[in-house]
Amino acid sequence: MKKSLLIALLIVSVAMSSVLFAAGAQEATPAKEVYFLNFKPEIADVYETKIAPAFEKETGIKLKVVTAASGTYAQTLKSEIAKSNPPVIFQTNGPVGLAESKNYTADLKNTEFYKILSDKTMALGDGEKVLAIPYAVEGYGIIYNDAIMRKYFALPNKAVSIKSADEITNFATLKAVVEDMTKNKGALGIQGVFASTSLAAGNQWRWQTHLVNVPLYFEVRDANIAMGSKVPEIKFSYSANMKNIWDLYLNNSSTAVGLLGAKSVDDSMAEFALGQVAMVQNGNWGAGQILGVKGNKVSDADIKFMPIYTGAAGEEKYGLNVGTENYLCINSNASVEQQKMADQFLTWLFASETGKQFVKNDLMFITPFNTFKDSELPTDPLAKDVIRWMNKSGVSSIPWAFSMIPSEEWKNQFGAALADYSVGRKNWAEVEKVAVDAWKTEFKLTN
Amino acid sequence: MQKSIQKYFALFALPGLICFAIAFLIPMVMGVVLSFFKFTTVTDGTFIGIDNYKRIFINNDFTSALWFTVKFTVVSVITINLGAFTLAMLLTRGIKGTNAFRTIFFMPNLIGGIVLGWIWQVIINGVLLPRGVTIVSDPKYGFWGLVVLMNWQNIGYMMVIYIAGIQNISHDLIEAAQIDGANKVTMLRSVILPSIMPSITICSFLTLTNGFKLFDQNLALTAGDPGKQTEMLALNIFNTFYGRSGFEGVGQAKAVIFTIIVAFIALTQLRLTRSKEVEA
Repeated sequence: MKKSLLIALLIVSVAMSSVLFAAGAQEATPAKEVYFLNFKPEIADVYETKIAPAFEKETGIKLKVVTAASGTYAQTLKSEIAKSNPPVIFQTNGPVGLAESKNYTADLKNTEFYKILSDKTMALGDGEKVLAIPYAVEGYGIIYNDAIMRKYFALPNKAVSIKSADEITNFATLKAVVEDMTKNKGALGIQGVFASTSLAAGNQWRWQTHLVNVPLYFEVRDANIAMGSKVPEIKFSYSANMKNIWDLYLNNSSTAVGLLGAKSVDDSMAEFALGQVAMVQNGNWGAGQILGVKGNKVSDADIKFMPIYTGAAGEEKYGLNVGTENYLCINSNASVEQQKMADQFLTWLFASETGKQFVKNDLMFITPFNTFKDSELPTDPLAKDVIRWMNKSGVSSIPWAFSMIPSEEWKNQFGAALADYSVGRKNWAEVEKVAVDAWKTEFKLTN
Repeated sequence: MQKSIQKYFALFALPGLICFAIAFLIPMVMGVVLSFFKFTTVTDGTFIGIDNYKRIFINNDFTSALWFTVKFTVVSVITINLGAFTLAMLLTRGIKGTNAFRTIFFMPNLIGGIVLGWIWQVIINGVLLPRGVTIVSDPKYGFWGLVVLMNWQNIGYMMVIYIAGIQNISHDLIEAAQIDGANKVTMLRSVILPSIMPSITICSFLTLTNGFKLFDQNLALTAGDPGKQTEMLALNIFNTFYGRSGFEGVGQAKAVIFTIIVAFIALTQLRLTRSKEVEA
């Protein structure tokens, strides 16, 4: 009797102590490891399978890469940063994002990484401090398949007078071409002119952030508001232009409007890569997605960009939307040694010969660093086309005004309104109202 | 033996109490305290009083999520319990293959909510495809999708509880009723239902709280789309906490209110159905 009680006691105490010790245990950090929280799911592979092993081989430092799922970076960062082994390198998407993470962002002024940035004004800071350094300039617009366009312009019964996609310089022409192409879908062998207007959860950013940038930019330009300023209210004065292009996307798409809620950006890119559609709105970061699709039918030379035309006056003078929301930061709560290793990694990636090869060939970034010569710019067709548009005379790029959007919540509400409009549950006036009202509320809440 | 168990009662209760404290009591108290804080990271904050509670109602997403959850819970409690009870009645009649049926009906409960959500999303989208819509085209599809999913997952589990209840009814009682000439309806109303009241209490408690707490199925099936219109309370709290920067405290405050609502409803329900339980 006594014995069995003793045994029972022993078991209980062992079980209990394991609970207690498990609760108190800290995740052991390997001596030489840098934790990098990656923002871009589309290139997560490159970091994990190519960059990390190469970096470890050259320096002996392990690179731990964790990638947040599409549209969840802010959440992931927030929970990861609170862990006992937090990310040392993380990303911020501009002044709004930086404001949230200021408390744990290290001053990068004395880092090697900051020294290689060619235009120091591009870095984001707080007073004297340098907190976030951009690493990739990106551009987006309408990506088109020139082979299909040539096929269209060769049609004997085409309704437009222009002879190539280069001649499309405003919305009226774009609309005429697109609608005529839809009529000739069969002859062109496509399922629709535009790829799916993806509206699945986490896949609305092409519209509620990127597409709306065009009307937003024109509005702040008219009001003489400098980029990056705080905008308490918008009138959404170019709302009709937004509607123009949105309707064009919906009505000439490969997918029926009712099904858009289940379509992701990946689907759209695959449709384009497989030659099922002629156009897709996306940025140069999508190059990997097009080239990487199995059975890809589009040749490199046929992948080209045209600006997003919406019917605004004088739009012929505007090119692609070019800017960055890719800034790297270092966690100030990480140990000094880890911060140094983080600096070492970033400098290695953007300045060493090995690192630069990855950046150019695999990550396909157009970087703002002075370590890259002109001959070392990325060679993928989309990045090359962004550079071509940036240097085109008589055309200026549309800057990324969407960094002025007061919060993610505004984007979500606007995206939801667009989705409702698409299936006919809202009319355009209601979409407009959501955009204007939500902006006002969100600005008050976040400032 | 009895004596020594009584003597060491505290010792035997201790492991359970410690686990309860670590996993439940301490987090709950901390949660209430943290709802008065503004967060900078999820572990670091400053005290701001009841501001978080005021900001809950800045827009109506909490109330609409609450309303959606209530509607969903009412419908699913009724359908799950009716379904489970019917199955239990059918499977206690000694039909051939009873055990196989019981196992099959119970099996959905073994699959995780996220997986189920995705499977059903594909199924429902497949059904809706000919009509040119998807589950997120209209909130009503999302609502009924959730109801179907929950029924599929929970009916088998509740069925097992009802079967146990039905099998526990004493044969004497049933025989006596039969001799007294009770027909099927009277038998059900006056003998079976009162006797399985404890099962009803448990099942309605479980379905009620499951309905209110529903998270992963909601996330995987619709993720609240279209535009938060199928967002339930737990998902709304999660989205507030992790999805909106600067709103972590508000999410925490919502969680406190959520706990109070669920506790209140569950306790009321327990009291109501307990009072109907009878001793056989």
